Amino acid sequence: MTDAAPLQQGGAVCVRLSGVTVRFGDFEVLKGVSFDLPAGASLAVVGPNGAGKSTLVKVILGLVTPLEGTVAVFGERPGTNPGRIGYVPQLKTFDRTFPATALELVATGLRREWPGRVHADEREHALVALRRVGAEQLATRPLARLSGGELQRAYLARAFVRRPELVLLDEPATGVDYLAERDIYDLLEEYQADSGAGVVMVTHDLTAARYHADRVLVLNRTARGFGLPEDVLCDECLEDAFGHKHHGHGPRV
Amino acid sequence: MNLADALALPFFQRAVLAGLAIAIMSGVLGVFVVQRRLSFLGDGLAHAAFGGMGIGAFVIVTTGLIGSSVALLKHPLWIALPFSVMAALAIAALRKRTRLSSDTAIGVAFAVSVALGVMFFSLIPPDVNLGLSVMDLLFGSILGVRQSDLIVILAVAAVAVLALLAGWGRLAYATFDDELARGDGVRTEALELALFLVAAVVIAVSATVVGIVLMAAYLVIPAAGARLVARTLAQMTALSVLIGVASTLVGLGLSFYLDVPSGATIVLTQAVMFVPAAVFGARR
Repeated sequence: MTDAAPLQQGGAVCVRLSGVTVRFGDFEVLKGVSFDLPAGASLAVVGPNGAGKSTLVKVILGLVTPLEGTVAVFGERPGTNPGRIGYVPQLKTFDRTFPATALELVATGLRREWPGRVHADEREHALVALRRVGAEQLATRPLARLSGGELQRAYLARAFVRRPELVLLDEPATGVDYLAERDIYDLLEEYQADSGAGVVMVTHDLTAARYHADRVLVLNRTARGFGLPEDVLCDECLEDAFGHKHHGHGPRV
Repeated sequence: MNLADALALPFFQRAVLAGLAIAIMSGVLGVFVVQRRLSFLGDGLAHAAFGGMGIGAFVIVTTGLIGSSVALLKHPLWIALPFSVMAALAIAALRKRTRLSSDTAIGVAFAVSVALGVMFFSLIPPDVNLGLSVMDLLFGSILGVRQSDLIVILAVAAVAVLALLAGWGRLAYATFDDELARGDGVRTEALELALFLVAAVVIAVSATVVGIVLMAAYLVIPAAGARLVARTLAQMTALSVLIGVASTLVGLGLSFYLDVPSGATIVLTQAVMFVPAAVFGARR
């Protein structure tokens, strides 16, 4: 198992977790999780189902308060500066009967409330963000009619439109096909290179974690490994986290 | 007598004004009720108002307030209103603190309220004239709206519509995706509680005047019809109000010409307006 202690990093830190423990009732979802994510770096969080990956994202967003430990995002309490964070949730969360267009969804990224009417300046910014993710043609289309990949592009545009310094993604490639998945990671890397933003993404895809992240956190309630992908995504570490061997499923490292 | 003559009659004017006020506030509120799948909430809170009216009627009879010269003091609404608010808080608490779903929590409040209403109305001596009957509470009598009722409805409508429009953007965001809204700093739990409280006041005041059945219809049918054709939530809100207002005017007019019950005619007019929305909406 790789040492779970925080790596020593020089320079600014955009996310810092120290001994974070989260309990839902009697169930301990996270225990003593610690890491520092340098500003501008990307982190892939991997682990089996029920490992606490989505909970970790919610802790960083300020939606879940840890029972123990501390969390700092840009040196402040989570939830203090929602405008500096772009969040891409899991696809399942919204109600598909809700009457809305992709343009309105992207505009929530600017206004942080639902727009009764999208103003001209908001429309302009939203269209730029949609263009950036190759989805300008979806602007006036109802969300209910978008495919998984199109919807994920709309959510990415919503996250990018506010020019966030940290992008949080909860399983961004789940429910999309291979090409759309590749596009999502490319768009993310492009935004990161362009803006210098930090990225935290939860993923089941170990290959994506290997090739699209600067750091990897292997999680199964506790941090089973944190570090460079080539150091952490080893058979020993994955077997420790997933509880079984990953013959042929993991990336060649 | 033609419709113009009827519109000159004070009782008909009061019915039109009360109907329009209820249509507008229910039109805006109904969008959130329908989109949050809380349609049963309207029924539950309207029946809670029935329970509150039963308790209120019993209290004003036993305390002698029924003999008061102040019209509003002898109206059981002043007990029905806080009772409905408490029912709304109880439903919200049941949803939050237990594993019960909304419809189950509302069903519990619904059944207990009706039982309380029936129980307390039965305890009132039959020779006491309350100025309202159980049948009126259930099926309403929009043509029987009194001046004092109208003042209360107009005041509640003004406050409720302003409050709903002021919180519309945040309520809509939380309705779309609670987690996304919370991530952006929207206090979604407080908003939902505020929505329940506004619903409790709007429904209690309206149901005691126009009846439980008509109130539940106002809250659901216009918004459901609007949902089928609207492309955005703002369009849905505007259409919901429009359907409510149009069905009130057409329903009252038809009930006058056909000499049939006004409340039932308004509900059926809403249903007739819902059909083309369903057909048109299904084709899109």
